[in-house]
Amino acid sequence: MLLIPCPYCGPRSEEEFSYGNEAHIPRPKQPDKLDDAEWAEYVFMRSNTKGVFLERWMHAQGCRRWFNVARDTVSYEILAVYEIGAPRPELELRRDV
Amino acid sequence: MVEAYLRQSALAHLGLEGRGAGARGAAGVAMSERPHRGIVNLRLDPGNAEAMAALKAAFGFALPAAANTSAGNTDTIALWLGPDEWWLVVPGPEPEAGPALAEKLRAALSGHFAAVTEVGESRTCIRVAGPRARALLQKGCPLDFHPRAFVAGACAQSILAKAAVTFHLFADESAAQAGAEGPVFDVYVARSFAEYLWAWLEDAGAEYDVAVVA
Repeated sequence: MLLIPCPYCGPRSEEEFSYGNEAHIPRPKQPDKLDDAEWAEYVFMRSNTKGVFLERWMHAQGCRRWFNVARDTVSYEILAVYEIGAPRPELELRRDV
Repeated sequence: MVEAYLRQSALAHLGLEGRGAGARGAAGVAMSERPHRGIVNLRLDPGNAEAMAALKAAFGFALPAAANTSAGNTDTIALWLGPDEWWLVVPGPEPEAGPALAEKLRAALSGHFAAVTEVGESRTCIRVAGPRARALLQKGCPLDFHPRAFVAGACAQSILAKAAVTFHLFADESAAQAGAEGPVFDVYVARSFAEYLWAWLEDAGAEYDVAVVA
C-alpha cells in the first residue's frame, strides 16, 4: 500500500486515490487533422517505464483534485509530487535499475 | 422548502430515539444521529481577499486556510475540503437552516466568482463520541486518529468501511467534561450509506460497548 502525499491534503493512503496513468500527454491541437494511427497513438499508447515514471493521480475520496506524481516503478518510491500544469521535476529519468 | 411533517432523517426507521432513552453507563462509545444539518458547499478562490473578507464580516470568523482544519462558532462551522472548497455547516436541526445559510452566502458573495450549493439534504451526521471513539474509527479508516495527529477541530474527507465520509473532530479529550467523555467526532455520510455505516459502527464497536444516546 502506498502512502501518497497529496499536495493539498498531505499524506494519505493509496485507498483514497484513483490512478490516471501517464502524465504530460498533451491533447492534439487539431484532432480532426490526425489520421487513425496518430489518434491511436495519442489515445492508447503509453510508455512502459522501468524506473522513474511521471503519472497522474486523483484524490478521489479526499479533495478530488488531480495532481502529478513521479514514482519509481521498480521500488514504488514516490520521488516528487507536483500540481497539474507545473513543470516536470528535475529527476533522473529512465535510469537503469 | 421541505414540509416538516414529511421530513425524515436518514436513520429514522431505526428508532434510535427509543434506544437512546437509557443511560450511557460505562460504554466506550456513544453514538447518535445528528440529522437535518444545513450544509452548503462553497467553491471560492482563497486568493480573492475581498470575498474572503466579506465572508469573515458576515460569519464572524475567517474560512480555514490550512488543510484539514475547521473554523467556526456556535452558529456555523466551516470545514476545509480542498484548496478552494469548504463546507459551511449549521450544527442545529433547524428545518430551513440550509436555504438560509445559502442565502446568507450568496448575499455576502454577491458580485464575486464563487459557487454556493446546498448539500445538506443528501447527508446525515453520525456523532461518535466516547473514550474508545478513536479506536473504533481507526478500524475502518486509513487516517491517523492518534490524539497527536487528529486534534480538536481537525477535519478530513476519507473513507470509513469503504464509505466516503467527512470527519470532523468536534471536540477532543481536553474539552471533555468531568466523567471522561472522550473525543466527539461528527461523521458526515451520504444518506444512502447511513444505515450501512451505522450498522458497521455498531458491529465494530461491540467490543467497546456501544451506547445509543439522544
